Amino acid sequence: MNQAAVKTVDSDQWSVVRKTGIRGQGSGINARIALVVLSLAFLAVAPRWLGAQDCLTCHGDSSMTDANGHSIFVDQTKFSSSIHGSLECSNCHADIKGYPHPDKIAPVDCKTCHADQADQLKSSVHADTREHPCTSCHGNAHEIFPKADARSAVYPLNVPKTCGQCHGTNGMAGKHGLASVYPNYIDSIHGFALSKEGLLVAANCQSCHGSHKILRHTDPASPTYKSNIPQTCGNCHAQINADYQAGVHGQAIARGDLKAPVCSDCHTAHAILQPTESAFRMQSTPICGNCHKDKFSTYRDTFHSQLGSLGGYVETARCWDCHQAHDVRPASDPSSPINPANLIATCGRCHAGANASFVQYQPHANARDRKLNPGLYFVRLFMNLLLASVLTFFMLHTILWLIRSRLSQLKNRADNGGKHD
Amino acid sequence: MTELEPAGATTKNGAPEKYYVRFTREQRYMHAALFTSFLGLAATGLPMRFSESFWARRFATAVGGFGSILFLHKFFAVVLTIAFLLHLKEIFQRGVINREKGVFWGPASMVANWKDVKDIFGHMRWFLGLGPKPKFDRYAYWEKFDYWAVFWGMIVIGFSGYAMWFAPFFAHFLPGWALNAVLVIHSEEALLAVLFIFSIHFVNTHLRPDSFPMDMVIFTGVESEAEFEHKRTLEFERNAARGELEKKVGIAPPLWLLNFSKVVGFTAIFIGFMLLVLTLTAYFS
Repeated sequence: MNQAAVKTVDSDQWSVVRKTGIRGQGSGINARIALVVLSLAFLAVAPRWLGAQDCLTCHGDSSMTDANGHSIFVDQTKFSSSIHGSLECSNCHADIKGYPHPDKIAPVDCKTCHADQADQLKSSVHADTREHPCTSCHGNAHEIFPKADARSAVYPLNVPKTCGQCHGTNGMAGKHGLASVYPNYIDSIHGFALSKEGLLVAANCQSCHGSHKILRHTDPASPTYKSNIPQTCGNCHAQINADYQAGVHGQAIARGDLKAPVCSDCHTAHAILQPTESAFRMQSTPICGNCHKDKFSTYRDTFHSQLGSLGGYVETARCWDCHQAHDVRPASDPSSPINPANLIATCGRCHAGANASFVQYQPHANARDRKLNPGLYFVRLFMNLLLASVLTFFMLHTILWLIRSRLSQLKNRADNGGKHD
Repeated sequence: MTELEPAGATTKNGAPEKYYVRFTREQRYMHAALFTSFLGLAATGLPMRFSESFWARRFATAVGGFGSILFLHKFFAVVLTIAFLLHLKEIFQRGVINREKGVFWGPASMVANWKDVKDIFGHMRWFLGLGPKPKFDRYAYWEKFDYWAVFWGMIVIGFSGYAMWFAPFFAHFLPGWALNAVLVIHSEEALLAVLFIFSIHFVNTHLRPDSFPMDMVIFTGVESEAEFEHKRTLEFERNAARGELEKKVGIAPPLWLLNFSKVVGFTAIFIGFMLLVLTLTAYFS
């Protein structure tokens, strides 16, 4: 505030300024002129209902602040084009009956008009309206646009950024012990589609979580509750959901077996990658291995795994290359790719010329299991014995030789200065 | 310490040092082809065998990812296969077509005989101070073992490798479970080869006090009279008795060849030791 200007202000006028808490921040002169005009107008017409134009006499000044230094500026252009542009100020600020109005005014209650949304919010994780006022998502109260308007904070392309204010690295999420999900999302295939391609249909936060009635994933009514996730993702990925529902995992979930994986168990919730990307191919096999421990361990003994875990552009068989990703069926099912009748076709997708004998190869053979794979068991046993016996014999042989050789070399050198032992 | 003196060196009594040919030029090239392709195979095979160790992925990425590492492995395999076939051809040529004596039997042959069995026990008695040091002929028993280990290894590792490379083709003659077994055979036998060559062959042939730090004969082809007489006493004596020693006299290795051989040899030994260390860290972690 300009101190010099304050000193020259007429004391009567200044008392009005102080009482209403209105001060010109950058230009004391403007404020003074405005107040004089306002006072005169007030005396002439009071008391009557205040119109937006009346309020904007003060609130249209971008330098106006309240007693605490907070801006009380309302951008008239933006406000009038906003979804609430046709309303009078007093429609929302109902407790202001005239001018001057008190320092402290009642907070605007959006639910007066938006009762449905307020109801939904009440049962949601954002129920605390002091922590999460409507404006925390919808932005500046005087600049709210319809959600189809690109200027809206809840326009599909703006939603992640809006939610990310709190659910990002530096936001509220950390304070409340929630994971920072914004960075994961924004680098995901959904985030890329949204931020790089500007795809309005790309999943944003509210596509999965909803908007006002966001529930914890532990709440059975939540779209992110484990057994609801296939349907939630299926809203866009309809065919994949149909495949998944037909497979063993989908059927287990339908039976209420929550141990079975849903979409997010393999694809993750937020950092979803393009499944053909090597990064996803690299990370996904151990995910299946979380449950299928024995199959994962035997897979790791195979060349598929050995070569595949070297990274880079990886084309060796991963779990779903043989088992299908979504429509996973047991080998006994005639439509399963690992049904004996289909093996030549399945293996043949990579191994040109696969024949009946070739597909007898066991991608999950266990060389440590004598009953299951006797041939392999004895081959491994023989190789291990060969390794151990050859190395043990020659290790001893070499060590003894070294010692003896060095000793006699030193002895000879002492005797006659000879080079050899 | 036994090192070959450069050209012009003299013995203690002033006479010029005599050098005898042990390996032909072709045999030296064969050893070079062998250790180059073996190092290549080990360097590209170990990351696949221990693909989950910390260095495997880094190494694979360094050579251009998994596609490249498999390509290089197959490339070195083909090189080694060609070298092996050339060796078989040479043996066939010498032993069968030219009917050269002593290739398949006798004191100068690679084939093991009763004396080798006696030498193993005799040598061990000497290790323990229980007897005199045996005298060795052209190839000592551990050298024969080296040769046959590589010979057998190439057949086993080569066959199992090609069986994986052309699995659908080999499946015409092999039962299904054999396709599982070939990986076990290939990787275990290869592991044995790596551990054996990079520790036991290195020490027995190059690093033991008699040859320390490197036996240059496989690079230069010749060894000094003193070394010949000391290391391969029986061969020396036999040739001397027959008066055929002069037939084996060669020229002293030029200095450049000695230096070049040292650079190549020590590089190979260094790479081998590095691979040995990586293998052991991966194996025991």
